[in-house]
Amino acid sequence: MHEWALAEAVALALSSYAKRAGIGRVKRLVLGLGELQAVDREVFELALGESLKLYGLEVESYELVTEEAFFECKACGFSWGLGELALSDEVREAIHFLPEAAYAYVRCPRCGSPDFSIVRGRGVRILGLEA
Amino acid sequence: MRYLADPRLEAVSERLKEVGEVVVFASSKGGVGKTLLSVSTSLLLGRRGVSTGLLDLDVTNPTAHLVMGIDIARARPIEERGVVPPEVYGVKFMSPVFFTQGRAAPLRGEYISSAIREVLSMTRWTGVGVLVVDTPPGMSDELLELLTYVRKFRAVVVTTPSVLALESAARLGEVLGPRVEALVINMYTGGEPRVWRSANLGRPAPVYTLPYDREVEESVGDPGRLLSTRFSREVDRQIVSHVVRLFGSGSYYPVPR
Repeated sequence: MHEWALAEAVALALSSYAKRAGIGRVKRLVLGLGELQAVDREVFELALGESLKLYGLEVESYELVTEEAFFECKACGFSWGLGELALSDEVREAIHFLPEAAYAYVRCPRCGSPDFSIVRGRGVRILGLEA
Repeated sequence: MRYLADPRLEAVSERLKEVGEVVVFASSKGGVGKTLLSVSTSLLLGRRGVSTGLLDLDVTNPTAHLVMGIDIARARPIEERGVVPPEVYGVKFMSPVFFTQGRAAPLRGEYISSAIREVLSMTRWTGVGVLVVDTPPGMSDELLELLTYVRKFRAVVVTTPSVLALESAARLGEVLGPRVEALVINMYTGGEPRVWRSANLGRPAPVYTLPYDREVEESVGDPGRLLSTRFSREVDRQIVSHVVRLFGSGSYYPVPR
Protein backbone atom coordinates (compact mmCIF):
# COMPACT_ATOMS: atom_id res chain seq x y z
CA MET A 1 0.00 0.00 0.00
CA HIS A 2 1.11 3.56 -0.66
CA GLU A 3 0.45 4.30 3.02
CA TRP A 4 3.54 2.24 3.82
CA ALA A 5 5.74 4.57 1.78
CA LEU A 6 4.20 7.61 3.50
CA ALA A 7 4.61 6.12 6.97
CA GLU A 8 8.14 5.00 6.23
CA ALA A 9 9.03 8.52 5.11
CA VAL A 10 7.79 9.90 8.43
CA ALA A 11 9.70 7.26 10.40
CA LEU A 12 12.87 7.92 8.42
CA ALA A 13 12.62 11.67 8.92
CA LEU A 14 11.98 11.29 12.65
CA SER A 15 14.76 8.78 13.05
CA SER A 16 17.20 11.03 11.24
CA TYR A 17 16.12 14.01 13.36
CA ALA A 18 16.42 11.99 16.56
CA LYS A 19 19.97 10.94 15.70
CA ARG A 20 21.01 14.50 14.94
CA ALA A 21 19.30 15.81 18.07
CA GLY A 22 20.69 13.00 20.22
CA ILE A 23 17.31 11.80 21.47
CA GLY A 24 16.21 8.19 21.73
CA ARG A 25 12.50 8.66 21.89
CA VAL A 26 9.71 11.08 21.10
CA LYS A 27 7.14 11.80 23.81
CA ARG A 28 4.42 13.10 21.54
CA LEU A 29 4.02 13.33 17.80
CA VAL A 30 1.34 15.13 15.82
CA LEU A 31 0.89 14.27 12.16
CA GLY A 32 -1.36 15.96 9.64
CA LEU A 33 -3.10 13.78 7.08
CA GLY A 34 -4.17 15.87 4.12
CA GLU A 35 -7.65 15.10 2.90
CA LEU A 36 -6.52 15.29 -0.72
CA GLN A 37 -4.23 12.28 -0.38
CA ALA A 38 -7.03 10.25 1.24
CA VAL A 39 -4.75 8.19 3.46
CA ASP A 40 -6.28 5.05 4.96
CA ARG A 41 -5.73 5.78 8.67
CA GLU A 42 -5.82 2.16 9.77
CA VAL A 43 -3.22 1.07 7.25
CA PHE A 44 -1.13 4.16 7.92
CA GLU A 45 -1.11 3.55 11.66
CA LEU A 46 -0.09 -0.06 11.16
CA ALA A 47 2.66 0.99 8.77
CA LEU A 48 3.84 3.78 11.07
CA GLY A 49 4.16 1.41 14.01
CA GLU A 50 6.15 -1.09 11.95
CA SER A 51 8.33 1.59 10.39
CA LEU A 52 9.16 3.21 13.73
CA LYS A 53 10.22 -0.20 15.03
CA LEU A 54 12.28 -0.80 11.91
CA TYR A 55 14.17 2.46 12.36
CA GLY A 56 14.53 2.03 16.11
CA LEU A 57 12.56 5.02 17.31
CA GLU A 58 10.21 4.98 20.24
CA VAL A 59 7.20 7.27 20.04
CA GLU A 60 5.20 7.31 23.29
CA SER A 61 2.05 8.79 21.81
CA TYR A 62 0.91 10.23 18.55
CA GLU A 63 -2.09 12.00 17.14
CA LEU A 64 -3.32 11.99 13.56
CA VAL A 65 -5.10 15.16 12.52
CA THR A 66 -7.12 15.25 9.34
CA GLU A 67 -6.51 18.45 7.42
CA GLU A 68 -9.31 19.44 5.09
CA ALA A 69 -8.20 20.15 1.54
CA PHE A 70 -8.73 23.67 0.27
CA PHE A 71 -7.93 25.21 -3.07
CA GLU A 72 -7.67 28.84 -4.14
CA CYS A 73 -7.79 30.11 -7.70
CA LYS A 74 -4.92 32.38 -8.66
CA ALA A 75 -6.94 33.89 -11.48
CA CYS A 76 -10.19 34.90 -9.75
CA GLY A 77 -9.48 34.31 -6.05
CA PHE A 78 -12.29 31.80 -5.56
CA SER A 79 -11.65 29.18 -2.90
CA TRP A 80 -13.24 25.79 -2.57
CA GLY A 81 -12.98 22.48 -0.74
CA LEU A 82 -12.48 18.93 -1.94
CA GLY A 83 -16.06 18.07 -1.06
CA GLU A 84 -17.32 20.48 -3.70
CA LEU A 85 -15.67 18.48 -6.46
CA ALA A 86 -17.23 15.48 -8.16
CA LEU A 87 -14.28 13.19 -8.72
CA SER A 88 -14.54 9.58 -9.83
CA ASP A 89 -12.99 6.78 -7.77
CA GLU A 90 -10.33 6.35 -10.44
CA VAL A 91 -9.33 10.00 -10.22
CA ARG A 92 -9.36 9.91 -6.43
CA GLU A 93 -7.02 6.93 -6.52
CA ALA A 94 -4.65 8.74 -8.90
CA ILE A 95 -4.63 11.75 -6.57
CA HIS A 96 -4.06 9.46 -3.59
CA PHE A 97 -0.76 8.39 -5.12
CA LEU A 98 0.21 11.76 -6.53
CA PRO A 99 -1.77 14.68 -5.08
CA GLU A 100 -0.40 17.01 -7.77
CA ALA A 101 -2.26 14.86 -10.29
CA ALA A 102 -5.23 16.99 -9.16
CA TYR A 103 -4.00 19.56 -11.65
CA ALA A 104 -4.90 17.16 -14.43
CA TYR A 105 -8.51 16.83 -13.27
CA VAL A 106 -9.49 19.94 -11.30
CA ARG A 107 -10.23 23.43 -12.60
CA CYS A 108 -11.52 26.45 -10.73
CA PRO A 109 -15.27 25.87 -10.31
CA ARG A 110 -15.95 29.55 -10.92
CA CYS A 111 -13.70 30.62 -13.79
CA GLY A 112 -12.30 27.33 -15.10
CA SER A 113 -8.67 28.34 -14.56
CA PRO A 114 -6.09 25.56 -14.15
CA ASP A 115 -3.94 27.94 -12.09
CA PHE A 116 -4.84 27.35 -8.46
CA SER A 117 -3.10 26.68 -5.16
CA ILE A 118 -3.55 23.75 -2.86
CA VAL A 119 -3.82 25.95 0.19
CA ARG A 120 -3.83 23.09 2.66
CA GLY A 121 -4.68 19.44 3.12
CA ARG A 122 -2.34 18.06 0.48
CA GLY A 123 -0.65 15.09 2.14
CA VAL A 124 1.17 13.79 5.18
CA ARG A 125 3.21 16.20 7.25
CA ILE A 126 4.73 16.47 10.68
CA LEU A 127 2.85 19.15 12.59
CA GLY A 128 4.76 18.87 15.82
CA LEU A 129 6.79 16.74 18.14
CA GLU A 130 7.79 16.83 21.77
CA ALA A 131 11.04 15.11 22.69
CA MET B 1 15.28 20.33 10.06
CA ARG B 2 14.32 20.29 6.40
CA TYR B 3 13.55 16.57 6.58
CA LEU B 4 10.99 17.21 9.30
CA ALA B 5 9.47 19.95 7.16
CA ASP B 6 9.12 17.43 4.34
CA PRO B 7 9.54 13.82 5.49
CA ARG B 8 9.62 12.60 1.90
CA LEU B 9 13.15 13.91 1.42
CA GLU B 10 14.66 11.30 3.69
CA ALA B 11 12.71 8.64 1.82
CA VAL B 12 14.06 9.87 -1.52
CA SER B 13 17.60 9.07 -0.39
CA GLU B 14 16.50 5.72 0.99
CA ARG B 15 14.74 4.68 -2.20
CA LEU B 16 17.66 5.61 -4.41
CA LYS B 17 20.02 3.58 -2.25
CA GLU B 18 18.41 0.61 -4.00
CA VAL B 19 19.76 1.85 -7.34
CA GLY B 20 23.29 1.22 -8.58
CA GLU B 21 23.73 4.33 -10.68
CA VAL B 22 21.54 7.19 -11.82
CA VAL B 23 22.10 8.59 -15.32
CA VAL B 24 20.22 11.80 -16.05
CA PHE B 25 19.60 12.96 -19.62
CA ALA B 26 19.28 16.73 -19.56
CA SER B 27 19.08 19.63 -21.97
CA SER B 28 18.41 23.32 -21.78
CA LYS B 29 16.40 23.38 -24.99
CA GLY B 30 13.39 21.31 -26.00
CA GLY B 31 13.18 19.22 -29.14
CA VAL B 32 16.75 17.93 -29.04
CA GLY B 33 15.68 14.28 -28.85
CA LYS B 34 16.27 13.71 -25.17
CA THR B 35 13.29 11.45 -24.61
CA LEU B 36 14.09 9.31 -27.65
CA LEU B 37 17.66 9.05 -26.44
CA SER B 38 16.61 8.17 -22.88
CA VAL B 39 14.22 5.49 -24.05
CA SER B 40 16.63 4.09 -26.61
CA THR B 41 19.44 3.97 -24.03
CA SER B 42 17.20 2.22 -21.49
CA LEU B 43 16.00 -0.40 -23.94
CA LEU B 44 19.51 -1.04 -25.21
CA LEU B 45 20.90 -1.37 -21.69
CA GLY B 46 18.12 -3.84 -20.98
CA ARG B 47 18.99 -5.73 -24.14
CA ARG B 48 22.58 -6.02 -22.94
CA GLY B 49 21.35 -7.65 -19.76
CA VAL B 50 21.63 -4.59 -17.55
CA SER B 51 18.88 -4.31 -14.97
CA THR B 52 17.49 -0.95 -16.03
CA GLY B 53 14.89 1.51 -14.83
CA LEU B 54 13.53 4.48 -16.73
CA LEU B 55 11.98 7.43 -14.91
CA ASP B 56 10.16 10.11 -16.86
CA LEU B 57 10.61 13.18 -14.69
CA ASP B 58 8.60 15.49 -16.91
CA VAL B 59 5.70 16.04 -14.53
CA THR B 60 3.68 18.43 -16.66
CA ASN B 61 4.27 16.83 -20.04
CA PRO B 62 5.50 13.23 -19.84
CA THR B 63 6.02 11.53 -23.21
CA ALA B 64 8.44 8.62 -22.68
CA HIS B 65 5.48 6.22 -22.53
CA LEU B 66 4.51 7.28 -26.05
CA VAL B 67 7.95 6.37 -27.37
CA MET B 68 7.72 3.05 -25.53
CA GLY B 69 4.24 2.39 -26.92
CA ILE B 70 2.90 1.79 -23.42
CA ASP B 71 -0.83 1.53 -22.84
CA ILE B 72 -1.05 3.46 -19.56
CA ALA B 73 -4.47 2.02 -18.81
CA ARG B 74 -2.99 -1.49 -18.71
CA ALA B 75 0.60 -1.17 -17.51
CA ARG B 76 0.27 0.29 -14.02
CA PRO B 77 2.57 0.50 -11.00
CA ILE B 78 1.86 -2.10 -8.34
CA GLU B 79 1.25 -1.08 -4.72
CA GLU B 80 3.77 -2.78 -2.49
CA ARG B 81 5.06 -0.75 0.45
CA GLY B 82 5.14 2.16 -1.98
CA VAL B 83 4.83 1.46 -5.66
CA VAL B 84 6.76 -0.91 -7.90
CA PRO B 85 7.10 0.25 -11.52
CA PRO B 86 5.77 -2.06 -14.23
CA GLU B 87 8.37 -3.78 -16.37
CA VAL B 88 8.01 -2.96 -20.05
CA TYR B 89 10.32 -4.42 -22.70
CA GLY B 90 12.69 -5.46 -19.93
CA VAL B 91 12.81 -1.97 -18.39
CA LYS B 92 11.16 -0.91 -15.12
CA PHE B 93 9.26 2.18 -16.14
CA MET B 94 7.84 4.94 -13.97
CA SER B 95 6.10 8.10 -15.06
CA PRO B 96 3.69 10.68 -13.62
CA VAL B 97 1.49 9.84 -16.59
CA PHE B 98 0.22 6.80 -14.71
CA PHE B 99 -1.57 9.27 -12.45
CA THR B 100 -2.41 12.08 -14.85
CA GLN B 101 -3.59 9.64 -17.51
CA GLY B 102 -2.14 11.71 -20.32
CA ARG B 103 -4.14 14.82 -19.44
CA ALA B 104 -2.54 18.25 -19.32
CA ALA B 105 -1.25 18.95 -15.81
CA PRO B 106 -0.12 22.58 -15.66
CA LEU B 107 1.91 23.02 -12.49
CA ARG B 108 3.75 25.89 -10.91
CA GLY B 109 7.26 25.28 -9.63
CA GLU B 110 6.51 24.38 -6.01
CA TYR B 111 4.03 21.74 -7.14
CA ILE B 112 6.49 20.31 -9.65
CA SER B 113 8.99 19.92 -6.82
CA SER B 114 6.38 18.32 -4.63
CA ALA B 115 5.30 15.89 -7.35
CA ILE B 116 8.91 14.87 -7.98
CA ARG B 117 9.46 14.23 -4.27
CA GLU B 118 6.33 12.13 -4.14
CA VAL B 119 7.36 10.03 -7.14
CA LEU B 120 10.93 9.59 -5.92
CA SER B 121 9.89 8.74 -2.37
CA MET B 122 7.26 6.17 -3.26
CA THR B 123 8.92 4.31 -6.13
CA ARG B 124 10.82 1.15 -5.28
CA TRP B 125 13.63 0.45 -7.73
CA THR B 126 14.81 -2.72 -6.04
CA GLY B 127 17.25 -4.62 -8.25
CA VAL B 128 17.79 -1.79 -10.71
CA GLY B 129 21.44 -1.37 -11.68
CA VAL B 130 21.13 1.72 -13.86
CA LEU B 131 18.27 4.20 -13.51
CA VAL B 132 17.89 6.40 -16.58
CA VAL B 133 16.11 9.68 -15.90
CA ASP B 134 14.49 11.63 -18.70
CA THR B 135 14.14 15.26 -17.62
CA PRO B 136 12.15 18.08 -19.19
CA PRO B 137 14.13 20.83 -20.91
CA GLY B 138 15.48 23.71 -18.88
CA MET B 139 17.27 24.41 -15.64
CA SER B 140 14.35 24.71 -13.32
CA ASP B 141 12.68 22.70 -10.58
CA GLU B 142 13.24 19.21 -11.97
CA LEU B 143 16.97 19.71 -12.29
CA LEU B 144 17.28 21.50 -8.97
CA GLU B 145 15.41 18.73 -7.17
CA LEU B 146 17.90 16.23 -8.56
CA LEU B 147 20.90 18.40 -7.74
CA THR B 148 19.77 19.06 -4.19
CA TYR B 149 18.23 15.79 -3.11
CA VAL B 150 19.55 13.03 -5.36
CA ARG B 151 23.14 14.24 -5.43
CA LYS B 152 24.67 10.99 -6.69
CA PHE B 153 23.99 11.03 -10.40
CA ARG B 154 25.79 11.42 -13.68
CA ALA B 155 24.42 13.65 -16.39
CA VAL B 156 24.42 13.30 -20.15
CA VAL B 157 23.81 16.71 -21.70
CA VAL B 158 21.91 16.54 -24.98
CA THR B 159 21.95 19.19 -27.67
CA THR B 160 21.69 19.66 -31.41
CA PRO B 161 24.32 21.33 -33.60
CA SER B 162 22.34 24.58 -33.39
CA VAL B 163 24.42 27.44 -32.04
CA LEU B 164 21.62 28.32 -29.61
CA ALA B 165 21.31 24.75 -28.33
CA LEU B 166 25.08 24.44 -27.95
CA GLU B 167 25.29 27.68 -26.03
CA SER B 168 22.46 26.48 -23.80
CA ALA B 169 24.22 23.15 -23.29
CA ALA B 170 27.31 24.98 -22.14
CA ARG B 171 25.24 26.89 -19.59
CA LEU B 172 23.73 23.64 -18.38
CA GLY B 173 27.26 22.28 -18.05
CA GLU B 174 28.05 25.16 -15.73
CA VAL B 175 25.15 24.18 -13.48
CA LEU B 176 25.81 20.45 -13.50
CA GLY B 177 29.58 20.80 -13.17
CA PRO B 178 31.49 17.58 -12.52
CA ARG B 179 28.32 15.51 -12.80
CA VAL B 180 28.47 15.88 -16.59
CA GLU B 181 29.48 12.54 -18.01
CA ALA B 182 29.19 13.30 -21.72
CA LEU B 183 27.79 15.68 -24.28
CA VAL B 184 25.61 14.26 -27.02
CA ILE B 185 25.11 16.27 -30.21
CA ASN B 186 21.96 14.82 -31.71
CA MET B 187 20.72 15.32 -35.29
CA TYR B 188 24.32 15.81 -36.31
CA THR B 189 24.62 16.14 -40.05
CA GLY B 190 28.37 16.26 -40.58
CA GLY B 191 31.40 18.45 -40.26
CA GLU B 192 33.49 19.05 -37.22
CA PRO B 193 31.51 19.17 -34.00
CA ARG B 194 31.54 22.63 -32.58
CA VAL B 195 33.80 23.08 -29.67
CA TRP B 196 31.91 22.92 -26.41
CA ARG B 197 33.04 25.08 -23.56
CA SER B 198 34.11 22.06 -21.59
CA ALA B 199 36.34 24.26 -19.43
CA ASN B 200 33.26 24.86 -17.30
CA LEU B 201 32.84 21.22 -16.45
CA GLY B 202 35.74 20.87 -14.12
CA ARG B 203 36.89 17.86 -16.09
CA PRO B 204 36.95 16.83 -19.76
CA ALA B 205 33.84 15.08 -21.06
CA PRO B 206 33.55 13.06 -24.25
CA VAL B 207 31.42 14.42 -27.09
CA TYR B 208 29.24 11.94 -28.97
CA THR B 209 27.38 12.63 -32.20
CA LEU B 210 24.14 10.98 -33.29
CA PRO B 211 22.86 11.16 -36.87
CA TYR B 212 19.71 12.89 -38.02
CA ASP B 213 17.49 9.92 -38.77
CA ARG B 214 13.97 10.43 -40.13
CA GLU B 215 13.02 6.90 -39.24
CA VAL B 216 13.27 7.71 -35.53
CA GLU B 217 10.13 9.84 -35.56
CA GLU B 218 8.28 7.13 -37.43
CA SER B 219 9.30 4.57 -34.81
CA VAL B 220 7.57 6.37 -31.92
CA GLY B 221 5.39 3.80 -30.19
CA ASP B 222 7.29 0.87 -31.66
CA PRO B 223 10.40 0.07 -29.56
CA GLY B 224 11.42 -2.77 -31.86
CA ARG B 225 11.55 -0.43 -34.80
CA LEU B 226 13.29 2.27 -32.75
CA LEU B 227 16.07 -0.13 -31.87
CA SER B 228 16.57 -1.04 -35.52
CA THR B 229 17.24 2.56 -36.57
CA ARG B 230 20.65 3.96 -37.39
CA PHE B 231 20.10 6.36 -34.52
CA SER B 232 19.78 3.53 -32.00
CA ARG B 233 22.74 1.65 -33.44
CA GLU B 234 24.84 4.74 -32.77
CA VAL B 235 23.29 5.18 -29.32
CA ASP B 236 24.32 1.61 -28.57
CA ARG B 237 27.83 2.00 -29.98
CA GLN B 238 28.56 5.28 -28.27
CA ILE B 239 26.38 6.09 -25.28
CA VAL B 240 25.35 2.66 -24.06
CA SER B 241 28.93 1.43 -24.42
CA HIS B 242 30.03 4.43 -22.38
CA VAL B 243 27.53 3.66 -19.61
CA VAL B 244 28.51 -0.01 -19.56
CA ARG B 245 32.21 0.92 -19.43
CA LEU B 246 31.48 3.13 -16.45
CA PHE B 247 29.38 0.77 -14.43
CA GLY B 248 29.94 -2.62 -16.03
CA SER B 249 32.65 -3.63 -13.63
CA GLY B 250 30.29 -3.20 -10.69
CA SER B 251 28.30 -6.01 -9.19
CA TYR B 252 24.95 -4.45 -10.00
CA TYR B 253 24.31 -6.46 -13.12
CA PRO B 254 25.80 -8.95 -15.52
CA VAL B 255 27.19 -7.61 -18.81
CA PRO B 256 26.50 -9.03 -21.31
CA ARG B 257 23.57 -11.34 -20.74
